[in-house]
Amino acid sequence: MVTVTPGVIIEGDVPEVFVPESRHGLRHRIHVGRAIVLLIAGVYFLTPIYAALHFALENDQNHFSFSPLTSIPSQPGLGSAFWLSMRLAGVTMVVAMGLMVPTVVYMHLKVPKLKPLFETITLLPIVIPPIVLILGVLPSSPLWLKSSPYLLSLVYVILVMPFVYRSLAAGLGAIDLHTLVEASRSLGASWFRTLWSVVIPNLRSALLSATVLSLALVLGEYTMASLDGWQTIPVWIVATSQNDGHVTVAVAMLSLIATWVLLTLIVSLDRSQSRRTLKRKQS
Amino acid sequence: MTTQPHTLPTDASSSPSGVGGEGAARSSRRAWRSLRTSLPLVPFFAYVLVGLGVPTIVIVNLAFRNNQGHLSLQNIKAITSGGQYLLGFESSLKLAAVTAIVPAIFGTLLAYVVATSKFALLRRLVATASGVFANFGGVNLAFIFIATVGYTGLATSFLSHFGLNPWNHGFDLYRITGVELVYFYFQIPLMVLIITPAIGGLKESWREAAQNLGASSWKYWRYVGLPVLMPSVLGSTLLLFGSGLSAYATAEALTGGTIALTPIQIGAVLNGNVLANETNIGYALGFIMIVMMLISMVGYFFLQRRASRWLR
Repeated sequence: MVTVTPGVIIEGDVPEVFVPESRHGLRHRIHVGRAIVLLIAGVYFLTPIYAALHFALENDQNHFSFSPLTSIPSQPGLGSAFWLSMRLAGVTMVVAMGLMVPTVVYMHLKVPKLKPLFETITLLPIVIPPIVLILGVLPSSPLWLKSSPYLLSLVYVILVMPFVYRSLAAGLGAIDLHTLVEASRSLGASWFRTLWSVVIPNLRSALLSATVLSLALVLGEYTMASLDGWQTIPVWIVATSQNDGHVTVAVAMLSLIATWVLLTLIVSLDRSQSRRTLKRKQS
Repeated sequence: MTTQPHTLPTDASSSPSGVGGEGAARSSRRAWRSLRTSLPLVPFFAYVLVGLGVPTIVIVNLAFRNNQGHLSLQNIKAITSGGQYLLGFESSLKLAAVTAIVPAIFGTLLAYVVATSKFALLRRLVATASGVFANFGGVNLAFIFIATVGYTGLATSFLSHFGLNPWNHGFDLYRITGVELVYFYFQIPLMVLIITPAIGGLKESWREAAQNLGASSWKYWRYVGLPVLMPSVLGSTLLLFGSGLSAYATAEALTGGTIALTPIQIGAVLNGNVLANETNIGYALGFIMIVMMLISMVGYFFLQRRASRWLR
């Protein structure tokens, strides 16, 4: 089904079920089946959200209260955990982008036959799960690096590679990279300037979605941070859960809402981007 | 750690475009050129080698070393001969299988119901929600479920009004059944995300063609729909299997590390909870896990490729 509003295609191609008109009994059964599937999903996915919201807005006497929420900023240790997580995320993003953007752009431009190799390599972090990777990273890092929290950032760069590569490849596939680069070069721009003021602005939405997905991953990463002994936000949450369950659940709900807002942002940006491309192609 | 873009070769013809070359001098020049072309890729490959390759080699190497540092199968034998580590693998594999198969079936049904629904709002809502929930693993999920079906959780007290307190009927959030229930929460959305494109690939014309040839709805699914969907469903199940096998944070936060699952055991070894004569056992656990992940992911890619035949 394609919904067309003036000039803009909103939804993709989704087939409708074909149900023979003559067999009402069957049709009825199918409708009931569909309703049951949706009902189970609704109950399973919404009950925990409702229960957690309820729990997060309760004080120790089980009365409604905003105190778990309002006491979050003054929790001991949260400030430094937040600051550490932010620094780790910042370093991770700078290194990941600085490493991946020039490399992937160059690969698309000059050696596109390496695409399958890049696809395979950037999927390896999925084969080697974080719990196993940190097992190998700790004994193989030099001492000066092991005593620094930024070891985590360097490993997180590996973890976010699949997301960054996938976003970049999609973004590069949507623009005419060769023409852009040739135009810029023939007007006398250096390679650096071409990358910085021509290619990167055209990859804005791809870079943004890569950043948001990576940030969500880095800020929520518990496995490596806890085993490397650094108190980032998730490690702090687990450590605090023994003291006050209400505050813990309040923080958990806040992070769910933050993830929701960020991902909705990507989806809407993606949509506006594809609308613009579509308009450009139509005109 | 950035590549230096101004050192890129400026001559566009330097890319190895496969022009037939004759003569030794020419071919060596081409080799030099292709070397120069791949030079800017060196930082990336070096990073992957150091950040991913070296740790993997360390794990594989130490998995086959005994306490004296000699090559040996001691660690692997210690795991496979029984005891807590073999039990850990059994539970982990069972957990991964259950949290792959159930969400795969239910996720496919849900994705089908949603993709074929008349309501555009429902489709969009489920698409966004799947993206959020599939990324919502980790420690937060554990606490949200403790608030829901923990011993004093909201759903628990609601159900016990009807005498249906799940804790009195064999349910325990802090054991394997609880971990399964919690993993479904990110596995089902993950399944919906990856199977929806395949369901969109079922073309209406196929159903019409089957209908015109006299096929019933059952026959359409038996001979057209399911065979086309099957590689995607099986491939996605393997991906879910890998995701359930390697998850650590949720189970750790939920059970406080008391459950016998391989990732939890690896974590315990890293925290120093290991017998003195089994110092390298953690690496052997990690090595076996890499092998299992490799098998399921290779299966996933193979089936995905098989499935992509119909998704054009």
